[in-house]
Amino acid sequence: MSSRLQTLFEQKKEKILSMFFTSGYPKLEDTRPILSALAASGVDLVEIGMPFSDPIADGDTIQMSSQQALDNGITLDKIFAQLEGVREEMDIPLILMGYLNPVMQYGIERFVTKAASLGIDGVILPDLPMYEYQMFYKDLFDKHGLANIFLITPQTSEQRIREIDALSTGFIYMVSSASTTGKVGDVSSVQEAYFERIKAMGLRSPLLIGFGIHDHASFTRACEHAQGAIIGSALIKALSQGQPVEEAVRGFVGAIHHPL
Amino acid sequence: MSAFQVNQHGYYGQFGGAFIPEMLYPNVEELRERYLDIISEPSFQAEFWQLLRDYVGRPTPLYFAKRLSEQYGTKVYLKREDLCHTGAHKVNNTLGQILLAKRLGKQKIIAETGAGQHGVATATVCALMGMECIVYMGSVDIERQQPNVQRMRMLGAEVRPATSGSQTLKDATNEAMRHWINHPEDTHYIIGSVVGPHPYPDMVGRFQSVISQEIKSQLMEKEGRELPDAVLACVGGGSNAMGAFYHFLDHPEVKLMAAEAAGLGVNSGKSAATTALGKPGILHGSRTILMQTPDGQVVEPHSISAGLDYPGIGPVHAHLFDSGRATFFYVTDDEAMEAGFMVSKVEGIIPAIETAHAFSILDKVKFGPEEIVVINLSGRGDKDLNTYMKYQQEHGVI
Ligand SMILES: Cc1ncc(COP(=O)(O)O)c(C=O)c1O
Repeated sequence: MSSRLQTLFEQKKEKILSMFFTSGYPKLEDTRPILSALAASGVDLVEIGMPFSDPIADGDTIQMSSQQALDNGITLDKIFAQLEGVREEMDIPLILMGYLNPVMQYGIERFVTKAASLGIDGVILPDLPMYEYQMFYKDLFDKHGLANIFLITPQTSEQRIREIDALSTGFIYMVSSASTTGKVGDVSSVQEAYFERIKAMGLRSPLLIGFGIHDHASFTRACEHAQGAIIGSALIKALSQGQPVEEAVRGFVGAIHHPL
Repeated sequence: MSAFQVNQHGYYGQFGGAFIPEMLYPNVEELRERYLDIISEPSFQAEFWQLLRDYVGRPTPLYFAKRLSEQYGTKVYLKREDLCHTGAHKVNNTLGQILLAKRLGKQKIIAETGAGQHGVATATVCALMGMECIVYMGSVDIERQQPNVQRMRMLGAEVRPATSGSQTLKDATNEAMRHWINHPEDTHYIIGSVVGPHPYPDMVGRFQSVISQEIKSQLMEKEGRELPDAVLACVGGGSNAMGAFYHFLDHPEVKLMAAEAAGLGVNSGKSAATTALGKPGILHGSRTILMQTPDGQVVEPHSISAGLDYPGIGPVHAHLFDSGRATFFYVTDDEAMEAGFMVSKVEGIIPAIETAHAFSILDKVKFGPEEIVVINLSGRGDKDLNTYMKYQQEHGVI
């Protein structure tokens, strides 16, 4: 595991706040200011979205932000340029999240090398199958100290969760319910039973809960069952209101930490 | 083991696989584990074949097209998939998949559709089996294929517009996949072509393979030989082509010819000629040839025919292209429309605009007088009357 991820999960056993946002949104050059504002607001971990034209695991909000970012002209090259020197500025773990095709076109080896050289700690590629990762990419990721983060859902079998756990080098992304991103609702008892079932498995990897977490209450509920939680669509909605992005981030993260 | 059948990992050469998010994994894995066993069960086979015969109207005729043959100086046979119930080959697959879905214990069906033929074929078998049906269709396609939208509704299906992207087949497929992610337990997704994650391409190919199976025995009857010299079909995702090629894949003496939609021209920027314009990439769960920008963003395709308006092709066709087993032709909107009007007048058969692309190959390749050329007439053109008429008004009588 990258030392930054390791340090985080060793030092903080609960209430890890992780935030996802789409690079290049709302404006092309907003990536870095948003990232800086998130770090300054005390967020523990950030997932930087790499937009794709056909994000099948995403709901309306992230579809919209991805399309807007692509219309703004975002590319992987630009994302990497925007992240240049980020390690002189912040120490929190940074994860790149997106779909496989743009990464493939960039060249997976080139991508991993570049990401690692910028101080990126891990990658989430939901449509990269475990089999392909194991066969073709694991050695490459390991060589560069880049974590590959897998998702599990309420439907993932116990045996498969064990395999994922054995293969994971960062944390496991526990998708809160069978859904695309951005669906909000209160954390239900069915979900809580699922969270507890996973917790009781005693996995070696830390667990973060994501999908549908959107405010202080849902964040707090989720944190009762895992080491922390991930918020994405709700932040993007806050960024879509036309406020300066630093202010929007500060206000949003503040309200997650300290409800009004 | 055939070089053109799927291998144990779900690949055709370098193409295929199952590139899906974890949310889809349990459903796709269940299918992968069970589809071959279910399909080979005697009760499945009995029900499938009985319905293909009595409900779909199979076998469909293999018709010797006398006037076309004279016109092109070769022997042209038409495989009349347009005479299937619902008017296209799509129902062969939807029937197979709904019987499978029932045996998997699913209660609800979703589908994507471009031309609406797959949507109609899905709505039809859902009515037949008393199952709930939701069909996603791009808003642009809802406009240009109105008759099929009305048919789906009359059959009891809900048609949901896909409003993202180019609002065509690709976007309808995205929406259907999102729906499946949100409803993993009780729903089966009937994909309409040989696309999607393994095992879909293989499964759909098997259900459509009845087309070439019949061609073989019908040719034997009419010509005393099982193998034609060439088989021609249009390729959107490639299900009718796969069905027509299937039993000839391992007979290299049978030329396989695929027509892709070139739209306004291969290099016009308004095209759906995937194999000419695409590179290996991943969309809708498989590695295939994909029209994309250098950054790996999917390019919006264009074709006058909704069923061919797709930026990828099935992985098996990517492999047939890559290996040279099939030859690909690029047919513009204009060429396809001209072929559509011509076939209507010469043979008294109005083809779907998708199918019209396949006929246009006759203008691009010279076949010998003794050669037997089978064209897969994948669907009838009633759904396209508006487009045909509008085209005629704009371009004068052809
Ligand atoms: C009549 C007809 N032919 C062909 C196609 C293209 O699909 P495929 O390439 O899967 O056969 C369609 C799709 O809607 C169709 O309706």
